Amino acid sequence: MARDPAALPRFVLTALIVVLLIPGFKLTEFEPGVLFDTRNRETIGRFLGTFFPLALSADFLQLVIKSTIETLAIATAGMALALAIAAPLSLLVTRSLSISRIGPGPGLWSGRVLRTPVRLALMLCRSVPEIVWALLFVRAVGLGPTAGVLAIGITYGGMLGKVYAEIFESGDTRPTVALLESGSGHLPAFLYGMLPVALPEIVSYSVYRWECAIRASVIMGFVGAGGLGMQMELSMRMLSGGEVSTMLLVFLLLVMLADGISAALRRVIE
Amino acid sequence: MSVNLDRVSLVHPNGHRALAGVSLKVDAGECVAVIGPSGAGKTSLLRVIATALRPSGGVVQTLGVDPWALDRRALRRLRARIGMVHQAPPIPLRQRVVTAVLGGRLGSWPLWKSLASLAYPADIDGARAMLGRMEIADKLFERCDRLSGGQLQRVGVARVLYQQPDLLLTDEPVSAVDPALSDRVIGELSREAQARGVTLIASLHAVDLALHWFPRIVGVRAGEIAFDLPPDQVSDDMLRELYASESAVVPTQMGEKNSALALRRKPLCS
Amino acid sequence: MNARHWIALVLMCAAVIGSFTYLAIDVRALFSVEAAAQMWNYFARFFPPDFSADYLAQAWRGTLETIAISGVGTVLAAACGMLIALPACGRFGPVARIVSRFVLNFLRSIPELVWAALMVFAVGLGPFAGTLALALHTTGVIGRLFAETLENAPPEPALALQLAGAHPAAAFFYGTLPNVIAQFVAYTLYRWEINIRMAAILGVVGAGGLGQMLYMSLSLFQQAQAMTIILAMLLLVVIVDAASAALRARME
Repeated sequence: MARDPAALPRFVLTALIVVLLIPGFKLTEFEPGVLFDTRNRETIGRFLGTFFPLALSADFLQLVIKSTIETLAIATAGMALALAIAAPLSLLVTRSLSISRIGPGPGLWSGRVLRTPVRLALMLCRSVPEIVWALLFVRAVGLGPTAGVLAIGITYGGMLGKVYAEIFESGDTRPTVALLESGSGHLPAFLYGMLPVALPEIVSYSVYRWECAIRASVIMGFVGAGGLGMQMELSMRMLSGGEVSTMLLVFLLLVMLADGISAALRRVIE
Repeated sequence: MSVNLDRVSLVHPNGHRALAGVSLKVDAGECVAVIGPSGAGKTSLLRVIATALRPSGGVVQTLGVDPWALDRRALRRLRARIGMVHQAPPIPLRQRVVTAVLGGRLGSWPLWKSLASLAYPADIDGARAMLGRMEIADKLFERCDRLSGGQLQRVGVARVLYQQPDLLLTDEPVSAVDPALSDRVIGELSREAQARGVTLIASLHAVDLALHWFPRIVGVRAGEIAFDLPPDQVSDDMLRELYASESAVVPTQMGEKNSALALRRKPLCS
Repeated sequence: MNARHWIALVLMCAAVIGSFTYLAIDVRALFSVEAAAQMWNYFARFFPPDFSADYLAQAWRGTLETIAISGVGTVLAAACGMLIALPACGRFGPVARIVSRFVLNFLRSIPELVWAALMVFAVGLGPFAGTLALALHTTGVIGRLFAETLENAPPEPALALQLAGAHPAAAFFYGTLPNVIAQFVAYTLYRWEINIRMAAILGVVGAGGLGQMLYMSLSLFQQAQAMTIILAMLLLVVIVDAASAALRARME
């Protein structure tokens, strides 16, 4: 009677997964029964029951529209801030503008000494999740949209900085190199050599990031950074399911709207 | 009567007429070879017998019953008694050979056994025996994507052998197998049919294989039966006419033009 | 730069200026010396982080809880996603397809954090809410991918098996599944990686793990501990990135 050689490894792998899942279930306090507990059931039942009908009173809709516009404003202002941070920093970080890499001469080490800490700073900005930044800024400057704008500005500034630098490096660098070799300064070389080549991709990526920023703004609202998210959190706390449903629907529509605008903008760049 | 086609015609959805008024009777235990040029309708003929395709006109009876008059369960039971070797083995490439072969008996195993066999193969020895008859027993636990085209075809044959059907249909089962080995495989199939007294209908591209192993040759051309004769009555001219649409060359394993006389050897299947 | 480009540029600038105006953010006050000093004071209290053995142990437990939330949530999502993917790929008819696709879209359109807030209300604070939230959202994501993969899988193997009398379920397991399972597993692992990051932050609405610890320490003005948690989050992401890169390299 022959034996299946794959049987043992399969068994070991399955056993390993099961063995790891058991403490996993314990750690996550996994208790499906809680969902059906009588006490909770009433609360949940009431909560779920209030999801329909949607809250559609004129006053509330006005509030929702205000919050949505606020979210859009947070995302846009945040992106503007991110751009203001990313633009200069990406120039510092990108290797395409580095004279020292073209040939021997002064500046090899000073270039690196400058680039590395800036790279690190950018990485730090984007590695800390935007909602953590939002949490911190809410405590630093108070509840409201300012915290959201700052959080997006820093996180997305880090992201844009890195990606812009990469776009500069991946494009056609010959015009830039030619300008640098003929003695041009960094900034003119960038404006005349790099920017025309890289601009379409930069705009396209930034517009795509703006779309993400809108979603992020809603999410950050849950920790007090203003906009639609903050209203949703309030409604949830008051167990007003109808209001939450309406706002969820508006959120989905907002995402679709942002997708449409970003697609239109990217078509314009073509 | 095992198989009975009564003026069967088949028109594909794209309008192509694959079979035109074909009538064919095959008794239980008979061995029949089907030959003809590409596009003649050999595959369609086999698929109609296998209950894969429903005739557009006429009546087909497989294993004595009209499959299209049966309910779902009865049709499934009927199909479990029909084994079809496809030209391109329909085996998922990431599957192991042992699982592919054991798949032949899914029609007779209860569902739980089929599923349990995925965890640990239910009949390793049985699978190995079939693969041994196809001279690839050493590939038992290999993955199918590690096999050559000819080896994979032989796995397909092994699967049907394992199924132990009452009606064996094969659609160019050795097109990718080298000539000497093809001869042994066809020999194995015909021995199997004889030993168990089951019907074998094989469509073959290499005419010499057909003439050697089968006591009844059916020539198919343009969706119609051109002739239905024992091999010693199949003349050179008939073969030439049959394959007139292809080159003037009658296909054999060697690919050379040979006279019908030379192709004829003593048939072993009687 | 043609006319359309200029119009777009003007619109974008208008949008930016309009946003700042609408939010009534006093940009000068924001970047003034006083505001900078205030923020500096606030952020200075985060250093040095709390590296006491006791708190490090707590942070470690939080990290394990985060990983557990992501693992259990992803496993549940893979199972449920697979189940819903079957009707969603059309095996059970067009009505089932539309309904299940709608369910999957609904699940994945709502962000994980919103699910987490909803689950906190359903089952209370703690990691269970986070696990359910990840499971719900990821079911939508994984289920949709599974459904598309199944739709594109070659039907011949399963059809051939059914032609030999196999039960449709057996034909699926022997004929269709082997072609797609490798992709499923790879995508599930990829989602788990993403979910670890997510699990770390879901806690800020009370769904357990490092996020909940961060929220609590900030609420109690224990900035040093908060910094430890943030460092733990960063370390977790770095290790997961490295591990997955190493695993990917080995699989090549």
